[in-house]
Amino acid sequence: MSATRLRPGSQGPEPFEAVVARHGADVLRLCRALLGPADADDAWSETFLSALRAYPRLHPGSDVRAWLLTIAHRRSIDQLRRRARSATPVPDLPDLPAAEDATTQMSGRIDGELLAALDRLAPKQRAAVVHHHVGGLPYAQVAELIGSSEAAARRSAADGIARLRELRAGTAGDRDDRDDGDDRSDR
Amino acid sequence: MTHHDADDLTRLHRRLVDAADHEGILDLTYRSVDSPVGELLLVASPDGLVRVAFEREGHDAVLARLAAEVSPRILRSGRRTDEAARQLEQYFEGRRRDFRVPVDLRLVHGFRRKVVEHLQEIPYGRTESYAAVARAAGNPNAVRAVGSACSHNPVPVVVPCHRVVRSDGSIGQYLGGTDAKAALLALESA
Repeated sequence: MSATRLRPGSQGPEPFEAVVARHGADVLRLCRALLGPADADDAWSETFLSALRAYPRLHPGSDVRAWLLTIAHRRSIDQLRRRARSATPVPDLPDLPAAEDATTQMSGRIDGELLAALDRLAPKQRAAVVHHHVGGLPYAQVAELIGSSEAAARRSAADGIARLRELRAGTAGDRDDRDDGDDRSDR
Repeated sequence: MTHHDADDLTRLHRRLVDAADHEGILDLTYRSVDSPVGELLLVASPDGLVRVAFEREGHDAVLARLAAEVSPRILRSGRRTDEAARQLEQYFEGRRRDFRVPVDLRLVHGFRRKVVEHLQEIPYGRTESYAAVARAAGNPNAVRAVGSACSHNPVPVVVPCHRVVRSDGSIGQYLGGTDAKAALLALESA
């Protein structure tokens, strides 16, 4: 018997085990992208504990994945705020993947170098980039998560991608970024 | 998903079970155990074993029903269920005659509850007729209802509904199949 075979019941929520089995890896990837490996475990745990708490009251037909990613985002932002207060030094910037590969790289896996670069983005840019390009959320949902308009969320993600390219290229000046990662905006 | 990530998720899952239990929101846990009558699903609440299910019932379907009828806060864990699994293994090896684990009969009500409570008193290696159980449960005319109560026993094997047989000596129906019932009776008469 495998938990991943558990089917959503028509009359109520499926066993929570199935939710963990299906979405645990995605939530961990999101937490790692936002926080790095060290704090990701805590954010993952807080996310699923909080979800389990509210689970019996979850509205039938809810998008469970989006719900979990929303919680994970909030828990991660809490962690980032705590981290900001304790002023952890930013690590040296290593080589980034080529600019053209940035989004591809992110949707696949997050490596340490990219995490270090993400760490240097403004929080809203980082959140927008991670939610859209790693989490695969549409901009409308990203906007809700970061508390801005959809257009602003789109702009934040684009600015974030542009900034990642600058970091990669080792330049800090303004650049023209027309093809800056809006390719998944219709998801 | 790397191998390493799978290990991390296993560790995080264990941590989630701990935290949920600590907070009192781990309503049901489950695990399975191999047996000569097929894989058995064991589900427990904080009060005890709530459900034992045979393979033919469909373990996923049983868990889905429990999510609807008891609580969807269900996680896979040996917590609360490991001891029952150990005792079942001993039972099937012929090394145990009595189960000493708490049983939670929250799924059984009314007359069926009386029947199930009486079943716990039928000793290892003995059988009783449906009619005798009906008398013991306080309603001699309710022979069919006893049959129904036995076939809806939520904790078979541990609560021995397999020890209830027909007055003519034939073994009667069983949730786990008549082969399973015959196997259990044979085990206990060895």
